[in-house]
This record gives sequence, structure tokens and C-alpha cells, in this order.
Amino acid sequence: MSVHVGEAATAPDFKKAAHVLLGNTQIRANVRRATETIRNKRALVVGEMPDWEQLRDSAQQIKRRVLASLPGYLEQFEAACTAAGGQVHWARDADEANQIITGIIQSHKQTEIIKVKTMTSDETRLNVALEAAGITPWETDLADLIIQLGHDKPSHIVVPALHKNKSEIRQLFLEKMNLTELGDKPEDLAAAARTYLRERFLRVKVGFSGANFAVAETGSVCVVESEGNGRMCVTLPDVMITMLGIEKIIPSFNDLEVFLQLLPRSATGERMNPYNSIWTGVTPGDGPREFHVILLDNGRTKVLADPESRETLHCIRCAACLNTCPVYRQTGGHAYGSIYSGPIGAILTPQLQSMEHSQSLPYASSLCGACYEVCPVKINIPEILIHLRGKVVRNGDAPMGEGLGMKMAAFAMSDGSRLAGAQKLVQLGHTPLEAIGLPGWSTTRDLPSIPKQTFREWWNKR
Amino acid sequence: MLISLFVACYNDTLFPETGKAVVTVLERLGHTVEFRQAQTCCGQMHYNTGYRPEAIGIMKHFLEVFRDAEVICVPSASCVAMIRDHYPKMAAEAGLEAEVAAILPRVFEFTELLIDKLGVTDVGATYPHAVTVHTSCHSLRSLHIGDKPQRLLKAVKGLTLIELPNADQCCGFGGTFAIKNAEVSTAMLNEKMNAIAQTGAEICTAGDNSCLMHINGGLTRLDAPARCLHIAEILAQ
Repeated sequence: MSVHVGEAATAPDFKKAAHVLLGNTQIRANVRRATETIRNKRALVVGEMPDWEQLRDSAQQIKRRVLASLPGYLEQFEAACTAAGGQVHWARDADEANQIITGIIQSHKQTEIIKVKTMTSDETRLNVALEAAGITPWETDLADLIIQLGHDKPSHIVVPALHKNKSEIRQLFLEKMNLTELGDKPEDLAAAARTYLRERFLRVKVGFSGANFAVAETGSVCVVESEGNGRMCVTLPDVMITMLGIEKIIPSFNDLEVFLQLLPRSATGERMNPYNSIWTGVTPGDGPREFHVILLDNGRTKVLADPESRETLHCIRCAACLNTCPVYRQTGGHAYGSIYSGPIGAILTPQLQSMEHSQSLPYASSLCGACYEVCPVKINIPEILIHLRGKVVRNGDAPMGEGLGMKMAAFAMSDGSRLAGAQKLVQLGHTPLEAIGLPGWSTTRDLPSIPKQTFREWWNKR
Repeated sequence: MLISLFVACYNDTLFPETGKAVVTVLERLGHTVEFRQAQTCCGQMHYNTGYRPEAIGIMKHFLEVFRDAEVICVPSASCVAMIRDHYPKMAAEAGLEAEVAAILPRVFEFTELLIDKLGVTDVGATYPHAVTVHTSCHSLRSLHIGDKPQRLLKAVKGLTLIELPNADQCCGFGGTFAIKNAEVSTAMLNEKMNAIAQTGAEICTAGDNSCLMHINGGLTRLDAPARCLHIAEILAQ
């Protein structure tokens, strides 16, 4: 089994990628403006909820319950979905998932699909696999379309094209949609995308979606969105394929009550999503005639096996942590080298795929805790970052010299007299701190001058 | 009251004036301060960087040194956050649950001690300067310190308190983050320094010299007019 998360395996480390992005003033301005807007909207609609904390607690409890008995819930989902006329497939990793999907499309002799909620398929690199098999995937979520047309990468979990502004998008549409003229108002851009997409909605026979939730009790699948393009995708085609990570299961239909309040308020600052599509199997004469669900593992059971970081799988992909993160605010999502960016990406990517490819990510945080504060399912992201840092250290992958320095520091801290000895060295300028400055620190910040007398020396002479 | 000072390793070494100021304030209020020579560090740097076994060793030492202390005063919110949030987890690993549970209620951050334990807001200080408060992430999100620093500062004679815009945003220090991701850390610092400049304050204060070392290092490098000073040093004036 080989787990990969999009192209994260070959992405540069966070520090290198951040260096490039920090020099891009346009992207930084776009990211700042967009995250501030969503953040303020979120604060407003969360603030008006008297039971917000109770909702968070409920969501956390439900997710804990699911993860405690995940195999049972998955089998319950499979049985219910099958009884309703759906077909359930199990995929151990990305390649297996892509093969299943390609096989379904080929069995219907189709060469195109329309897609919505595409992130999990970005994780498996489905589009690459489809194109290799001669199948054209059409992204229909406006932001995903922008990414696809621009051969770009998503930089945000909910707003994948957040790093692009209006005029950049207009330019892209002019070029890629072969338009001779196009206005620059948001409605002009939306109208161009609508014309472009509508023709495909009516033509293409196979639809593909990710999912926000899957209900074990009923076998239902739920997709929430803002544009209505997803509704087209999941209702118009003859054949519908939905792929979801195994952690997306919730026990009962009633549990949607909790999540459909938390998700839109956290994600887009809306009280409710404009479109909430929930469907169960197939219904003769209404919607797709064939429905497939792919349950994707791709490293998730490995995450589940670690009790210290298991709650990473609580995530409902609202991206509130990205919008509030002061690190994400500076770099945008591309610095994280993964479709899962921001604080949640910094803990999810290194756990899904082997640490060696993403060991810089657990350090891409000042541990300020803003992410934990806004998380609707109460994932203690700072704590998991620290846990993953411990894994990096235990694997022997910490920077050279760091381990020795930490051991020496720990020795100095083992007793007051040893600390006093170490302080003497600092005062005499015999520590690396004085000799070479602090690499990185000293480029932009002065070090404090070393006092002649430590506090304990002063106390002793008092 | 006999108050045991845990000054914090970096204050001890780099910011002794903060420790002296704590002693001044507490003695002025009529309390007795003790300093246990064996004390060292809370273990936060090791813990946060991924060196848990070393951090557990440091925690054990802390527990040993302060086992019988009545009240422990810490002029560093992030050390208190380390003790409150992470000691219980490490204690479970080291079989020291009872020891940690026993010490936690006796550990106070400096402004918490003044307001919650000693019930004082006016410590009799005079400081005729314009001051703004940086709310460190640990004091904000772990200690839930609220407006305690502001309440103490409002009682200082001559002091003009100016609110810092976007006070809930991290300054970019983050311990080893400031070195491992120096450029992002600096970008965050620049936003913080702009916010401080907007206030026109002469002094930016906080209960954490770690943030202040970072912010002040940036301010002096740019020759900006404002400087940083630990809140104890204002209250000792």
C-alpha cells in the first residue's frame, strides 16, 4: 500500500516554500483580504449562537463515538447504502480508489465526468489518473474550475482559489474560455463560468463528488455548497460516483443537526449553506440511475491507531483554522505543499503520508492556539503539532546539533547550581548565542544584551 | 504571605530586572518573598520542540523544588501555561499525577497572583508614560487572563493606557519557531510592530518577556520609538 496526498511527497519544505511566497505581495494581499473577510463573517454568526460551545461539545462527542467504533459504522453505512440501491467500494489507498473510479467510468464507455467537492480526489490525484485513461474531468465548483483552468494548485480548503483576485480570474477566463470580451464585475465572471459549465452539465453522463458527511444509519450522503453547481452534478448525470474519507461517517441522520449548524458558520460565515444536498442510494425516475460510493482509507486507519493524534480525523474541513492562523495569513496555503494547508494541513498531511516527506510541517506554527479556539470539533491542533514534533525528534530527523543542544540545556536545567554555571558561560560570551548570534533570529531582530548579573546573583548579594 | 518566586530561567539569565521588580512589588504589598536556589526551568522549550523525555526530567525537578511552597509566583504566562496545560499529561506518563495535581492550584502568573490571590489592583505605582498591552497567546488562550493587566495598569498613577489593535494576534515568537521559521516569524512581528506604532505608545508591556524580547528586538533593529517592558517593571515604579 502506498499512501500519497496530492503532490505533497515532492513539495519543498515549509520554510523554503514560505520564503518564495513571502516575496509575493499580490498573493499575500489576496490572502489577507479574503481571510479577514471570512473571519469577520464567522465571528458575527458564531457570536449570535447561545449554544455554540454546546454544539462544539456535541460534535466532539459524536466524532469520538464514530472513531471508537469506526468499522461498525462503516459496515452499517455499506448495508444501508446497498439496501437503497447504491454500490459501495472500499479503497485502501489513492491508486486503488482511482482504479475503481476509472473502471466505473470505462464500464459505461464514457470519456468525461463532471466533478464537485473535489478535495479528496485531489488527495488521490484522480484527475491525473483519469486523463491518463483518456477521460476528461470537468471541475464545476467555481473555485476548482479556476484552479483547473489555470493549472494551479488549491491554496485553501474551502476557497481553493483564495490566492487569486478578480482581475487575475478575469484574465484567466478570457484566455481559457476563448472569450473576446468580459466585464470585470463578479456577476460577469459568474455568468461566463455559468455558460461554460451549463453546456457540460447537460452533456456529461457521469458525475463525481466528494462528501461532507455520510450517515451510517440511512446510507445517505451529504454535500453542502454555495453555488448550486454541486446540485447539478449530483442530480443530472445517469451515473453518480461519490468518494469520501472513512472518517466522514456520522452515526445517525439526527447528527446532521449538529454539523449543519457548525459547518456553514465556521466555513463561510453563513447561517446555512445555500445548497444542502442529501441523497440515499438511487430513486427510480429521479436523479442518477446508478450510484457508487468509494470509502477511502489512504492512511486514515494509521491516524486512527495513534490515540494522541486520532482527533485529527474529527476534521469537517471548515477551514476556520486557516482563516484565523497568523502563519497562514502570511504565507497562504501553497507553503504547506499539500491540498490540506494551514494548521489542520500541518497535522493531517504528515500523518497521512510518511513523515519523511512532510516533517517541516509540524514546525510551521507558533503554537498560538488560535486554531484550537475556533475549531468547531475541538481538535487540539497545537497539542498534536507538539506530538508530531516529538515523532520527528524520535525518528532522528531533527536538525543537526539540535538534539545535543537540547541535551546540554536539559543538563543545565537539572539543578540550580548547574544553571548558574551555564549562566556564567553566557555572561562570559562562551555560548553559541554570543559567539555566532542566533542564525535566523539576528537577521531581523536584536538579541537582548547580556546583563552583568543574573537574578540569582543579585538575590544572593541582597 | 510567604510567596515563592519561580523567576523562569530566561528571566533569571536575560531579564533579572523583571525578577527584582516582582520582589519590589510583593514586598511593597507587605509580603515575604523567597527564592529557592535549586530552581531552574519549566521545560517548555524542550516540550514544545519535541523533546518530551527531557521535559519530563525538568518537570520532576520543578516539582521537587516547589513541593512544599505555599504560593508560587511566576512572572511569565507561558511558563504557567506549560505547567497547567502540559504537566498533567506528562505527569500521567511519569506516574506523578498526585504531585502535579497538588501543585497546580498554588501556581500563579504574576498578574493573576495580584488580582485573584492577593485581591489588589492598585499596587501604589507611578509611571507617567503612554503604555499599550501585548496580550501573549498563552495569557489569552491558556490562562484566560482577560483584562487583569489592564486593570493593574489603570491603577498606576500618571499612566496612559492605549488599546493595541488586533491584540489577539500572535507576535510571531513561538519559541524555536522564531528561529526555525525566522522569515514567517518576522512577517508576523512586522504586523505587531505596525500595530504598536499605530498606538503611539512609548511602552509595550506584557507578562511574558519571551514575546517582549522578540518584539523589542525588532523595534530596536528598526530604531522604532517604542520599547518593551515587563508589566512587573512598570508596577514596581
